[in-house]
Amino acid sequence: MSRLSITTKNQAQMTVETLYKDLERRIDASQPGLCPVDLAASFVHMCHAQSCGKCTPCRIGLGQLENLINKVLDGEADEATLKVIEETAEGIFFTADCAIGSEAARMVLKGIRGFREEYESHVRDGRCGGSHHQAIPCVSLCPAHVDVPGYISLIHEGRYEDAVNLIRKDNPFPAACGMICEHPCEADCRRNMVDDAINIRGLKRYAVEHEGDIKTPAIAESTGKKVAVVGGGPGGLSAAYYLSIMGHDVTVYEQRKQLGGMLRYGIPSYRLPREILDREIEGLKQTGFKTVTDTEIGKDITIADLRKENDAVFVSIGAHIDKKIGIEGEDAEGVTSAVDMLRAIGDDELPDYNGLDVVVVGGGNVAMDVARSAVRLGAKSVKVIYRRRKQDMTALDEEVEGAIADTVDIVDLHAPVRIEKDAQGKVKSLIAQPQMVGAISNGRPAPVNASASEVEFKCDLVIVAIGQGIDSNKLEREGIKVERGGRISALDTSDIEGLDGVFAGGDCVTGPATVIKAIAGGKVAAANIDEYLGFNHEIVNDIDMPRVRFSDHEPCGRVNMRELSPDERIKSFILMEEGMTDEEACQESGRCLHCDHFGYAAFRNGRRTKW
Amino acid sequence: MVNITIDNKQVQVPENTTILRAAAMAGVKIPTLCYWEGLNEIGACRVCVVEVEGYDTLFTACNNTVEEGMVIRTNSKKARKARRTNVELILSQHNSNCASCVRSRNCALQTISNELNIQDQDIPFDKEVPLPKFNKDFPLIRDDSKCIKCMRCVQVCDNIENTHVWDVINTGSRTTVGVNSKYGRIEDSGCALCGQCIKHCPVGALRERDDTDRLLEAIDDPEKIVVMQIAPSIRTAWGEPFGLKPEFATVERLCTAFKAMGIDYVFDTNFTADLTIMEEGSEFVEKLKNAENEKFPLFTSCCPAWVRHAKAFYPDFVDQLSTAKSPQGMFGAVAKSYYADILKVDPSKIFCVSVMPCLAKKHECDIPNLNDACGDQDVDLALTNREVDRLIEMTHLIPQELEETELDQPLGIGSGGGNIFGATGGVMEAALRSAYFLVTGENCDPDAFKEVRGQGDWREYEFELAGTTLKIAVAHTLAATDRLLDALRKGEVQYHFVEVMACPGGCVNGGGQPIVDGFSRQIERADWLYTQDKNMQLRFCHENPSIVNIYKDYLTAPLSEKSHHLLHTDHHGWKMPGEE
Repeated sequence: MSRLSITTKNQAQMTVETLYKDLERRIDASQPGLCPVDLAASFVHMCHAQSCGKCTPCRIGLGQLENLINKVLDGEADEATLKVIEETAEGIFFTADCAIGSEAARMVLKGIRGFREEYESHVRDGRCGGSHHQAIPCVSLCPAHVDVPGYISLIHEGRYEDAVNLIRKDNPFPAACGMICEHPCEADCRRNMVDDAINIRGLKRYAVEHEGDIKTPAIAESTGKKVAVVGGGPGGLSAAYYLSIMGHDVTVYEQRKQLGGMLRYGIPSYRLPREILDREIEGLKQTGFKTVTDTEIGKDITIADLRKENDAVFVSIGAHIDKKIGIEGEDAEGVTSAVDMLRAIGDDELPDYNGLDVVVVGGGNVAMDVARSAVRLGAKSVKVIYRRRKQDMTALDEEVEGAIADTVDIVDLHAPVRIEKDAQGKVKSLIAQPQMVGAISNGRPAPVNASASEVEFKCDLVIVAIGQGIDSNKLEREGIKVERGGRISALDTSDIEGLDGVFAGGDCVTGPATVIKAIAGGKVAAANIDEYLGFNHEIVNDIDMPRVRFSDHEPCGRVNMRELSPDERIKSFILMEEGMTDEEACQESGRCLHCDHFGYAAFRNGRRTKW
Repeated sequence: MVNITIDNKQVQVPENTTILRAAAMAGVKIPTLCYWEGLNEIGACRVCVVEVEGYDTLFTACNNTVEEGMVIRTNSKKARKARRTNVELILSQHNSNCASCVRSRNCALQTISNELNIQDQDIPFDKEVPLPKFNKDFPLIRDDSKCIKCMRCVQVCDNIENTHVWDVINTGSRTTVGVNSKYGRIEDSGCALCGQCIKHCPVGALRERDDTDRLLEAIDDPEKIVVMQIAPSIRTAWGEPFGLKPEFATVERLCTAFKAMGIDYVFDTNFTADLTIMEEGSEFVEKLKNAENEKFPLFTSCCPAWVRHAKAFYPDFVDQLSTAKSPQGMFGAVAKSYYADILKVDPSKIFCVSVMPCLAKKHECDIPNLNDACGDQDVDLALTNREVDRLIEMTHLIPQELEETELDQPLGIGSGGGNIFGATGGVMEAALRSAYFLVTGENCDPDAFKEVRGQGDWREYEFELAGTTLKIAVAHTLAATDRLLDALRKGEVQYHFVEVMACPGGCVNGGGQPIVDGFSRQIERADWLYTQDKNMQLRFCHENPSIVNIYKDYLTAPLSEKSHHLLHTDHHGWKMPGEE
């Protein structure tokens, strides 16, 4: 008899573990708009299966909770039922012996408190209150609602020009987005249920790289209406592009030397090469809008003047001013902001960081852009100081990992306390207080001061990258209502209440967000400005689509983008990411499940060929 | 063209052809359930699945297209098994009390189950039938226990009628069809009662309120004199479920059936269709004479679904609806006044029944201010053509052996103009025939306005009438009507006179007509009305001798005080849900 043995997993256990992974991916691919009460019932059902069965609350209680929630779903519950659910869940939470029971009850409690109205509407109306019409996941999650399955099917057929023109129906920046879009479209991709999301951004980039010359779309007959667009970033240029196609006479006013907004002055060229951006903007300008650069609102021109001279005005000034940390010594020479640094790079005025020790403060994507740019500018060392844990950074994981590969040193759990200067007032070091991870609030663990003593990071340069603000004071002086945080108060339709004919969109309304959100803001504004001017021009792309491909959906890995090796890429601002190869693009586009044809879209919310 | 092989047959079909259509071209039948060509090609039931060589997955034939070299097996073991499982799953949630179902023998689910030889005891699934909860007093009734979620009703209400009464409600396992949450209950909705959802329902989930027992009660009541009117379009379709051609299934044979049931007098709504033309035509001619002070267009008001729709969604046009009652309404008013006088009876003893192709007529006869003859409801009861077919069965008549019986007089005679009311454009054509006479004092060629016939859902025409260029339009389906009304609101179009019918093709395809799964017979049925019109001696409404007499003996003239009292109505006299 052996006294001990090594525990090995049996076949069933190993299979169950793959099913866990399947379920995880499935949950990842959950679309918005599902009935939360129905989900609550199924979650508690799964939790119940995890119960060991020893204790009453978990063994019996979870099942009874599920029955009660099902009563709600079946329209057989009343207000008293909701009370019973809440009290039973509390009872289980307080009395369960272990987390299997208590955490299951906590989920139910979170739900009945967090989506109380959904529970109540089921009780009131005897049915689900929502109108949960499932949409095509990628299309609905793209803020600009680009016809993703449509262009992927065209890519698969080798019709790259058609593919990119189909994108331009909803998003005039396919090249920029192919490089740097945060691709919210991929988040709920139904292919996740099979293996992994489609690499939509990579396919878009591939199509653009193979499209040939940019063709100007047909321009509608001139309407004689004039529209001023304030701000030449992605939002403003998108509005200008669509309004020009609709036949309006558009002028874009830009504060800086060049057009592009954050695409030029926020995104370093190793991610979006300037020649690609310039080509894209030149393509947009073929629709005929005029541009006036080096012109600032509140200084060179006013909204009121523009409104007088034009039939409508679109304000999309973005979010371009820096935020301060608010610590002692921030005024030292050698402390700069991410905004200032990236702006200089945008105008090709590359600063020389040769031999400098650089400290970056922040944990977002901009902090990573700044740190990686500093490496490329020749810095001797680059440290990112961040007060939470690395995994709590808001920067995308791939950006953080890329920065580390680029020799950036991530120093997490350190909160900046003060900046020390030398006798000349120059930065000497950043002093930080070590932190310890603490309780979770709003979904992220908050850091608390650790008992350890302060740490000094000697440096020549501190770059603050803790977010951007909106330069909205000057607009407020012109009577535009500004909300807390400096955001312009505009409706979802981009109308500004009380200001006839003035619209706003993009970062200056949403706060610093993504390029594709700004593009969507410009698109929405274009539609509503057109309507305001008394027209109903439709932006149409009704090219012949290829026959829908059949597939058995055999699991297949996702083609990820490759990057130049760190050794090669950190020497200059050369484009870091490599495009897909032909065979990769063919395989990847073939993975698309075509939710525009298979599934709910065959009935409702299918392809839209115009807006 | 692409070359494909279906069940070992090689065929050449055009590109983009669906597998279903390609199979039909090859003489191969693929069973379907939720499918309705052009309307519902969504692959919801998964019955039309077929095997395609090279793939493990089965594909639906209704909404997937062929490609060069495709090899399809429609009846392989795998396809048969999957198809059978799906039908068994649908049956597991279906109230299969077929013996007492209104759609027994005319049910797509029953047909497919029979075709697949599915037998109750072999279904391996528990029965989980939802409990029906619906207002049984409303003319349109939904039975959730029978709904198979094919979504045809949602599609027809969205895309053909643009009313959006039906919607998908709930999610996951509880997904079903219900009244759109913006309305709440059906009786609070803007439902026009066109009944097209019933016509498209493959099973018994949607049906009309059955009022046959109320007729039988009236027949059994010795105090009641039961007077029946038969709408124009009934003669195109009542014989269909019995396999009778319209040439055989005449109103005279229907009259025999009604008399056998014990109905006292059987008349023709064509008579009051003629009367409607006299009143509405005169109203139009008067309006034209006073054109500068009048608002155009004048809209026909004989389709009660259209009147409901206008009141619910286009209240700004209600004042332009003709005040003339519908033929059904006029018949009721005449039966309980003029005809009661002829019979020398107390009008309240008359029980006035109509057989209509329509659900909205059930609502129309209950409109409280349609009581102008003697204070009672002018029309007591409206039955659909389907209810009448059931009555024929209930009476155990053998339809094939019915003799012809002449209708009663004087309300049993109608003109060809009245006869074509049942087809889209028919009211307009009849009105123009008589308007020509009313304006010029002479008859035109009876086919002078046949141009207005057709199936286009929004048709417009111009005619010269005594020096005036008349601009007229004909719309059918409420979706087309809404487009027309929106264009009118925007000032994009101008008309003098517009005919609107809620049902596609008009009353011949009304929501109360016999149901043929997967097909609308509007074209054949309309053709029959026009054929009859062509073969009639009497083609002008104003020449109907009974019409001449009723004006001479009773009403004096169109638009007289008496005509106004009996034959016109105030459309503001009742409210649609939500109407202010």
